[in-house]
Amino acid sequence: MTNALAAIRRRTSRVPVSILIVAVIIAVIVAAAILAPWIAPADPDRQALLSRLKPPGTIGRGGVTYLLGTDDLGRDLLSRILYGARVSLGVALLSVFVSTLVGVTLGMIAGWFRGWVDVVVMRLVDVMLSIPAILLAVLTVAVLGPGFFKLVLVLGLTRWPRYTRVAYAQTLQVANLPFIKASELAGAGAMRILFRHVLPNIAGPILIVATSEFGLMILFEAGLSFLGLGIQPPASSWGSIMSVGRQFVERAWWIVAFPGGCLVLLVLSVNVLGDWLRDRLDPRSRIR
Amino acid sequence: MLRYAIGRLIQAAVAVFGVITIVFVVMHVSGDPTLLLVPQGASAEEIAALRHQLGFDQPILTQYLAYLAGLAHFDFGISVVQRVPAIDIVLSRLPYTIYLAAGALTVAVGAGIPVGILMAANKGTLVERALAAVVLTGQSVPTFLSGILLILIFAVELRWLPTSGVGSLSALIMPSIALGALSMSTFARMMRIAMVDELGKDYVRAARARGLSMRAVVMRHVLRNSAIPVITVAALEIGNLLAGAVIVETVFAWPGIGQLAIQSIQSRDFLVVQVIVLLISFIYVATSVAADFAYAAIDPRIRLAR
Repeated sequence: MTNALAAIRRRTSRVPVSILIVAVIIAVIVAAAILAPWIAPADPDRQALLSRLKPPGTIGRGGVTYLLGTDDLGRDLLSRILYGARVSLGVALLSVFVSTLVGVTLGMIAGWFRGWVDVVVMRLVDVMLSIPAILLAVLTVAVLGPGFFKLVLVLGLTRWPRYTRVAYAQTLQVANLPFIKASELAGAGAMRILFRHVLPNIAGPILIVATSEFGLMILFEAGLSFLGLGIQPPASSWGSIMSVGRQFVERAWWIVAFPGGCLVLLVLSVNVLGDWLRDRLDPRSRIR
Repeated sequence: MLRYAIGRLIQAAVAVFGVITIVFVVMHVSGDPTLLLVPQGASAEEIAALRHQLGFDQPILTQYLAYLAGLAHFDFGISVVQRVPAIDIVLSRLPYTIYLAAGALTVAVGAGIPVGILMAANKGTLVERALAAVVLTGQSVPTFLSGILLILIFAVELRWLPTSGVGSLSALIMPSIALGALSMSTFARMMRIAMVDELGKDYVRAARARGLSMRAVVMRHVLRNSAIPVITVAALEIGNLLAGAVIVETVFAWPGIGQLAIQSIQSRDFLVVQVIVLLISFIYVATSVAADFAYAAIDPRIRLAR
């Protein structure tokens, strides 16, 4: 065991210990979310009205142990957090995917074609950035109504402009490199050049933005669900579990504390990882 | 300078027009905005009557032009629930939010700038690492969670501060900290980057070579130069603080426009929500223009660049 650990450490010796730790934390949370149906001790929706608001470690009827306690309807909190992780991570991951797809495509197109396309796209970016994102998300979710995929769409479509700015600036730089000119002279079409040659060369800075956005999306989803605008019961995310727990927080701190702790741990880890990536890939960057 | 100012104002006007258009699109994205404005349980006749009254049975382009014309006359529509102009409702709550945002900005600047300076001055030491942990925590804890924790500790357990309400200055403390924490991290990061940049410049070495103490160089030259980028951040943060009030005001029962937005969504009074989004976005655009002007006034390279 120690030999194996030492071997791993040798291979990753250029990575600081703190980064290894946060990587493990993120991996564990992701694994827990994926494996929720197999590792959850109970059905997250099964109510037991006689075991309401039981503190962590309570042994319930029939010998069930409520490791993290129960909520206001007697549901097992650990199972709810495990299943909630799927929703929180799912929304964040998919919305980052949507905004990367939209933002990077628009940014590359604007940076490649210049002219009026550039003006239109970049003005639209300015306008989008003039509306505070959380506010636009609140309005749009309220208009459309709640739901998993609506949440993904709303978050994805309000957060693309940051990717566009980065992709645009990077594309402008890359577009003048000799190998791009060569492939243009060789007759490659714009889309082929952009996705085959430009994209791989601008992926680093975009990855940095995506990482910091991922942490932000977790917070946004939690915020919206906390306000009652996001995930609706019986489905639950960490934010919606805390939203319910807030009403009982003086009697049952654990309903807020455990999902809150998971959320802070995950966002913290993602932010540490993001900062490190930024320093590694792009030491002089100042993108925010 | 004049050319720069005019160009920037035109850009701001485009942004305002764009915001107005995006809000219109969002309000119509569900198909029929009438359904957003009727109380739950309204009959089909009532809905049809309201649709006609508000002009939602007109072609979309006509509606858009009527909406623009209304805004040009500062007509933001009548609240369907309270039967008074939506803008009046929002303006009556706005002072509370400005009060809260000012408190949060004080926390953010008052803590963020010194933390940023200390981090830059103690680069590579344990002090920097400890402060970096504080900054990271500030940007990783959701405002509603820190709000709940603050209430639990200082209001429920210690009974030092009131849980909610706006009666006294002490009631402002917890909401300001919860709202300001994220901005605090932003200020600290920006200040650190700006100062590390400045410290690496030649004039610092020159001043040191002439025998000035590090302390004198920092106090006299570096701080002033690194303050410039922070002005821009401050302007953008004002908009973010106003928007962030949506969550913090809900946690602390603070009667500003953030709480009003959520209440209006629940009572399906969307014209009020629309006014709030427009208003905060206008403030956001205005503060960023003001910041750019301040920036240009301080730094001649910007106004002469064009």
